[in-house]
Amino acid sequence: MGISLLLILLTGLLFPGLVAIVKAKVVGRKGPVILQPLYDFFKLMRKGSVYSVTTGFLFQLAPVIYFSSIFVSLLFLPVGNYRALLSFEGDFVLFAYMLALGRFMMIIAAMDTGSGFEGMGANREAFYSLLAEPAFFTIFGSLALLTGHTSFYDIFTNLYVESVLSYFVAILMIYILFWVSMIENSRLPVDDPKTHLELTMVHEVMVLDHSGFDLALIQMAGYLKFAIFGTLIFNLVLPIQNNFFVQLALFPIVQIIYAVLVGLIESFRARNKMMKNAQWIITLSALSVIVFISILIITGKINI
Amino acid sequence: MEVYILGILLLLSFGIFMVPAKIQYYYTLGLQVILICLTSVLTWQAFGGSEPIQLKILSLPSGDINLVIDKISGFFIFVINLTVLTGALFANGYLAPYRTKKTKTEMAWHFFNFFLLHLSMLMVVLLREGISFLVFWELMSVSTFFLIIFESEQQEIKEAGIKFLIQMHIALAFLLAGFLVSSTFTGQRFGFDSLAAYFGASPVFPVFMLFFIGFGIKAGFIPLHSWLPHAHPAAPSHISGVMSGVMIKMGIYGIIRTLTYIHTELLSVGMLILIISAFSGITGVVIAIVQHDFKRLLAYHSIENIGIIGIGIGIGVIGLAIGNPVLASLGFAGGLLHVLNHSLFKSLLFYSAGSIYQQTHTKNIEQLGGLMKKMPATAVFFLIGAIAISGLPPFNGFISEFLIYSGLFKSLSNNNLLLSFVLLGGIVSLVIIGGLAVYCFTKVFSIIFLGNPRSELTANAHEVKPDMLIPKYLIAFFIVVIGVMPFIVIGPLSAMTNELVGDTSILRQSSISLNYITLSLLILTGLSTALWLLKKRMSRNRAIVVETTWGCGYTGANPAVHQYTATSYADYIARKAKLLVGAKKHFKPLSKDDIFPAPTRFDTHSSDVFEDNLILKPVRKLLAFLERIAVLQTGNIQDYLLYAILFVIFISLITILNII
Repeated sequence: MGISLLLILLTGLLFPGLVAIVKAKVVGRKGPVILQPLYDFFKLMRKGSVYSVTTGFLFQLAPVIYFSSIFVSLLFLPVGNYRALLSFEGDFVLFAYMLALGRFMMIIAAMDTGSGFEGMGANREAFYSLLAEPAFFTIFGSLALLTGHTSFYDIFTNLYVESVLSYFVAILMIYILFWVSMIENSRLPVDDPKTHLELTMVHEVMVLDHSGFDLALIQMAGYLKFAIFGTLIFNLVLPIQNNFFVQLALFPIVQIIYAVLVGLIESFRARNKMMKNAQWIITLSALSVIVFISILIITGKINI
Repeated sequence: MEVYILGILLLLSFGIFMVPAKIQYYYTLGLQVILICLTSVLTWQAFGGSEPIQLKILSLPSGDINLVIDKISGFFIFVINLTVLTGALFANGYLAPYRTKKTKTEMAWHFFNFFLLHLSMLMVVLLREGISFLVFWELMSVSTFFLIIFESEQQEIKEAGIKFLIQMHIALAFLLAGFLVSSTFTGQRFGFDSLAAYFGASPVFPVFMLFFIGFGIKAGFIPLHSWLPHAHPAAPSHISGVMSGVMIKMGIYGIIRTLTYIHTELLSVGMLILIISAFSGITGVVIAIVQHDFKRLLAYHSIENIGIIGIGIGIGVIGLAIGNPVLASLGFAGGLLHVLNHSLFKSLLFYSAGSIYQQTHTKNIEQLGGLMKKMPATAVFFLIGAIAISGLPPFNGFISEFLIYSGLFKSLSNNNLLLSFVLLGGIVSLVIIGGLAVYCFTKVFSIIFLGNPRSELTANAHEVKPDMLIPKYLIAFFIVVIGVMPFIVIGPLSAMTNELVGDTSILRQSSISLNYITLSLLILTGLSTALWLLKKRMSRNRAIVVETTWGCGYTGANPAVHQYTATSYADYIARKAKLLVGAKKHFKPLSKDDIFPAPTRFDTHSSDVFEDNLILKPVRKLLAFLERIAVLQTGNIQDYLLYAILFVIFISLITILNII
């Protein structure tokens, strides 16, 4: 049971470094060491903090709850056949709502600073995540329909391949989850973590006034979020392999591919026009309905 | 015995007018506490036994009138008593400033109506006989009307009250029609008991529609909701809390009671409820987002939550229709639990809103800001309510939504294709409602409590007195307990769903999930506490600097003006949902030859498209038509005499000609 947690945590620690290395290589730089984000984390932890006069205790409490909520949602995830620490019927609903709780706290923390910029970022975060959520729920609804189960572990261990259509559905689901992960982590094409203008930021501008220990927690929570989605994608990629060792070997490979893909996309894709983001995200939800219909076909409810 | 006490209480309630002004409030509170104790005992007995309790209150030649307490009534009694109790406790502090303005009789009238509202709501859930049910239903509407127009010297409050009164009577007409049809067709006694025979033999849908519209107006389903956003802001806050918390739930009670008599055509009935509820839920929260009056905003959230309750009930009925006890149990359980949950967090939000209004004398959130520092306790209570109403863990709103979600996800794999899509629609609408609620409550909480003050109105605000905080502690306690220890509600919930579905095993199974939720939340709390302590420890020897907020290096900003406003926060939704919220901007753009621009203004406002198109427009047309007829009404006595003579001549002519 603990193995899944260990694997996910390990991914979370190595993932951001890997993405940074890929991005550096693409533009011809040498790049940081893979543990650089971890060093940054410990450095930030030991630093002092600057607080705005406008903020109150909520501002200081929010990063703590944000981190904890992401950590708890991580406990629901199995890795292949390794059971999750907490697994029960309907756990993915609590999973999604845990993430939402963290987001809620971060949004009000940003609004607590009384800054126009941070308000803007908070507003965008609330809006984009609201648009992306139906995609996540439709995908897991489809999987519940396919397998007849409602917990991560049971769903992933009961996935089966029926026909060519199954491969198509799997690819589509991974595609959607991949982009949902980019939205959740405030990456391209919705948000650019490397942008230098407050007006165009989403997540970065929300944490402008956080520093020291708080910022360390927020950044670590972001790393873990990547690991969460990486694990979800791995569980979908996984063909039914009961061999624990094959799964153990496959897990890092999938994570590395995921990280390289993120790095490449960050290097080559431009960000969307701000006003087009909503449309772009809704497209993902629309695609997820196609997943649902395909699964209805696979289960034989729609005859073609 | 109980019936005699009820009668004595009713008699004693007239004493409110006679006691001295100082003890009016305590006198009413005392009566209400006795009423609460009395009915709580009945609830306790109803949940203890398997058969409903019957108490005879009146013997008529046509038969006895009984109070019938089954588990559903018992549950609603509990919800009513809890909310009315907190409302009554809150009222003392909230009404304090009015004591100097209002006369003794006016205050007595207010308390008297508050007592009547309490009593009539209790009677509504206890009576099955039609005439007495409708009498108390009417008494409930009328007493609420007088409670709403407490500050009747303001014209718009009086108008809101009248709007409420008219719409409640339309609702009454529908209910009356429903009862009349069913009792005349079956020849049975006027009342709920005739429904069983009627629905067993005749087409269900038309008469169910009569009841659904009648009860739906009370509950506030869109498009039957248009009284709600006017009445809630107009009423004093303790009344708004009670109205939103329990009064509108009487509509839900009515629908559930009607459903218990229906055993055929359940699928179409369930689909109807589900679709209207999903629509109400989404539309309610979208319109709520663009509101600037925080009480009006909360009123639209009542519509949203009625939608969530309706989704639960709708899928419960669908579950019954297709013989899927999982869907039915979880749907009804989620819907009923949300009735309780909503009464808790919505009354908490309304009482907090009342505290803000008392301190700042404004309901416009654009004029507030930074109140967290001045009213920390109120802010925390509002935050608890906001997180709970957004359906987020660790509070109670999540639990009821989780039950509904569980039912929906577990039933997706069924044999009916249409149903699969309907259930997916239910899931997606719950998700969207949840997301929009987060959007809305991050907005309203931030704009009111966080950042810097936006106007001078907040300057003199300070925390309200402890007597206004005590009821909030009570509600918050329930919110946290249900949220963190949901297993305690499983027993009563399965007893109730057993009456509707006839199955208790499913909820017992899902209590495993609920225990895991408790465990997860404990981990969350433990981890947060540990991190918080670690943070305090780590920062002990570090430099903690207090600076101004980062503004790109520019420090000359005006903190009151250069913040995000509620309008801009809501702008994304206002723009995407133009059709629903009818947001309009009024301004004159600068032309190219304006070298020295003159002062100009910009304002936006939104309206409720349903109210505009379904109520206001037809009424305006009707009025225009009636005005044209009114040319006959000249005000000249000679003209009226002429009309009379013409009429007499006309009558004589047709009698002479043997036409009549």
